[in-house]
Amino acid sequence: MLVNTTTKSTCYHCGQDCEETTYQFDEKEFCCVGCRGVYQVLSQSGLCNYYNYNEHPGANRARTDKRFEYLDEPRIISDLVDFTDGGITIVTFYIPYIHCSSCIWLLEQLHRLNPAIYYSRIDFLKKQVNIRFDNSKITLRQVVELLFDIGYEPHINLQDVVKKQSAGQKDNLVRKIAVAGFCFGNVMLLSFPEYLGLSGQEESFRQFFGWLNIVFSLPVAFYSGTEYFTSAYHNLKNKVLNIDFPLALGIAVLFIRTVAEILTHSGPGFADTLCGLVFFLLVGKFVQRKTYYHISFERDYRSFFPVAVQVISDEGEKPLPLSDLKVGQRIRIRNNEIIPADAILLKGNAMIDFSFVTGESAPVNKTLGEIIYAGGRQMGEALEMEIVKPVSQSYLTQLWNNEAFTRQQDNRMQTFNERVSKHFTIVLLVIAFGSLFFWLPFDWQRGLSAFTAVLIVACPCALALSTPFTMSAALSVFDRNFFYLKNTAVVEQLARINTLVFDKTGTITNNNNKVLTDHTTLSATQRQLVQSVCINSGHPLSRQICAYLGAGTVLPVSAYNEVPGKGIRAVIGDHLVAIGSSEFVVDGGYELGNTTMVHVTIDDFYCGYYSFNHQYREGLQDVAALSPDYNLYLLSGDQDHERRELLPYFNNTNMLFRQSPQQKLDFIKELQSRGKKVSMLGDGLNDAGALKQSDLGIAITDNVNNFSPGSDAILDGRSLKSFPRFLKFAKDTVKVIHISFFISLTYNLIGLSFAVTGKLSPLTAAILMPLSTATIISFTSIATHVAAKKRQLL
Amino acid sequence: MSIIYFLIGCSILLALGFLCAFFWAQRKGQHDDLYTPSVRILLDDDTSGEAEK
Repeated sequence: MLVNTTTKSTCYHCGQDCEETTYQFDEKEFCCVGCRGVYQVLSQSGLCNYYNYNEHPGANRARTDKRFEYLDEPRIISDLVDFTDGGITIVTFYIPYIHCSSCIWLLEQLHRLNPAIYYSRIDFLKKQVNIRFDNSKITLRQVVELLFDIGYEPHINLQDVVKKQSAGQKDNLVRKIAVAGFCFGNVMLLSFPEYLGLSGQEESFRQFFGWLNIVFSLPVAFYSGTEYFTSAYHNLKNKVLNIDFPLALGIAVLFIRTVAEILTHSGPGFADTLCGLVFFLLVGKFVQRKTYYHISFERDYRSFFPVAVQVISDEGEKPLPLSDLKVGQRIRIRNNEIIPADAILLKGNAMIDFSFVTGESAPVNKTLGEIIYAGGRQMGEALEMEIVKPVSQSYLTQLWNNEAFTRQQDNRMQTFNERVSKHFTIVLLVIAFGSLFFWLPFDWQRGLSAFTAVLIVACPCALALSTPFTMSAALSVFDRNFFYLKNTAVVEQLARINTLVFDKTGTITNNNNKVLTDHTTLSATQRQLVQSVCINSGHPLSRQICAYLGAGTVLPVSAYNEVPGKGIRAVIGDHLVAIGSSEFVVDGGYELGNTTMVHVTIDDFYCGYYSFNHQYREGLQDVAALSPDYNLYLLSGDQDHERRELLPYFNNTNMLFRQSPQQKLDFIKELQSRGKKVSMLGDGLNDAGALKQSDLGIAITDNVNNFSPGSDAILDGRSLKSFPRFLKFAKDTVKVIHISFFISLTYNLIGLSFAVTGKLSPLTAAILMPLSTATIISFTSIATHVAAKKRQLL
Repeated sequence: MSIIYFLIGCSILLALGFLCAFFWAQRKGQHDDLYTPSVRILLDDDTSGEAEK
């Protein structure tokens, strides 16, 4: 090994190691021009406090070639902004990089960078910034460019534009809870005297409290509780019995009986039970509603494609929104831009990176006149292309026209709750009518009171609460382990899965990590030569070779020629060094074909090669151990050259290679038709169809802010090793729900024994209902916690 | 004891006032972002003085 002669310094802005040349400014070191540029901008405005709150708060700025011309298009502007008039424009941007207090501080100081910006405010959890600016002094494009200059590039994509138009509707749940809680508190206070006993002379108070109770019950029944009535009505119309029906029945009976008792002076009524019931039910609903602000489960190709593309016409170039692209138009695709529609290459040297579509990270060379599919990213010079298919019908986006994307997703699997509540409702009605007809011949009043009492006591409040509380506790456990579920129903599906289908590239392999194996016969001085050449290249493989060789003395390179996708030729001193693919380095050389290889020749003398293999994600071993309890399959779009390496993990017959996106989808369908409950794990747009088709689609990603295809759950790649434990934990939570059902049934039976005799006092109901609720909530929380501990997830 | 009618009326009015205040805060979006202000309050105003022109 060589002695390190250059000391590694870290960049003042982003904290990365300065690889080669350092850029200095203000006696501080930066790893690239971009980082230094940000520092200069900030120091000119006296905003260097940014660096005081956190060490290295900045994002790495190695790429600084973004174009924002399209933000001058009036149509796109009107889609993006929230509000605009003659003087003020308000806009909200999503900025994935927001991550610390420095970000908040800097982004709220925008007015000091440019006085035309009146005000900017951050919502940290949503990673959004809301900016208000004077549109006569600064354009939207300039605002975005300013954000880009200080290292906070907003994430603007088509889906945001679309999302604006279909803004989410709110159902005022918080307001309903507030009303119910307000009435609940007051009614309890007013019911107290009744329970403690009032003497005869205080009869007028009894009347007064009773009337007040009715007044307080009105908004609870008719405002807070309305959704139970509407939901029960809709379900009855569709001939479904779900848990909302007995709940609505319970609320209705409680209200009617309360009003009747108070009007006829026959009793105090059940106003407090009614208000408490509705309040707890709504709280359960609220708890169940978990929102991941910065994760989207509904992404499709639109969030991956740019908002606009440069179209070449006789009048010159102008950006056009993707939706307006027509067949036959000529477009210009610059370095690092994504091809939005299938198009023919007319001009330029195309090196297309299809990693997103196929998972293959090596750029593919295309010749003039070839059709290039949408979804590829051009690496290198600008291209001119002619569109042959509209965006919506291009190869990749065709997937979205599949029926898997249009069918209703709600009826995938019945939850336990739904199955039980059907039987529960039937039994409840039988008991209620049974006690009614039992008493009718003797005493119709008693019969009526028994009938209503049964419906009141058996009102499945605890049943309705057990699922939301257990599931939301489970969700937060998963959340802590970087596994994000779309909603609570997914937990139950996870427990029921028996077949797992994996995509290969990016799912079980680590995208950004390849293992380098050294097959070279290089002396120390030759290593130095290779190192000195590679250090000049930005290609990921060169970077990795550099990192592998370690820091040595860098020799000056006198001639340097890098051919994209092929290799590098360089002259150092009197040596000619060539590094790259076999046909580039060795005339008609050989390739083993199953790994990426980088060959080295020095002075036309072949010195061996470096090979790069995909590295499997940590935890593949644990996942493979899930067999035989689970059927494991592997579907890959690649060639089958890794078959041998994967044999320890998968059965040979369960590995399918060279699968198109459509074939993946069909394979899942076929498994489902054999009665399997399939979960698909994938990471790219090419798995999107299969993810959607499966009973439980899980997208794997290394960064949850990056694109991930639409799915039911998003799993951080680091947590693949915990996946078997997740499955077990999901089964545990379902068990917890079952047990809590039994507990609440026990309470119901105790209450029923009072009720069928027609002797249910309001006091018993008022005690039983909160008691059962409290028991269920505490039991589920504790049991879920214990289960998570047992599975080492906490 | 008829003072109780008056007192209960007062207490309910007061409680209604609080309920309305809550609605108002809800509509104004005061509950939209419960995290950022907790960070914001820890950030100092500039004391370097170079920015204040």
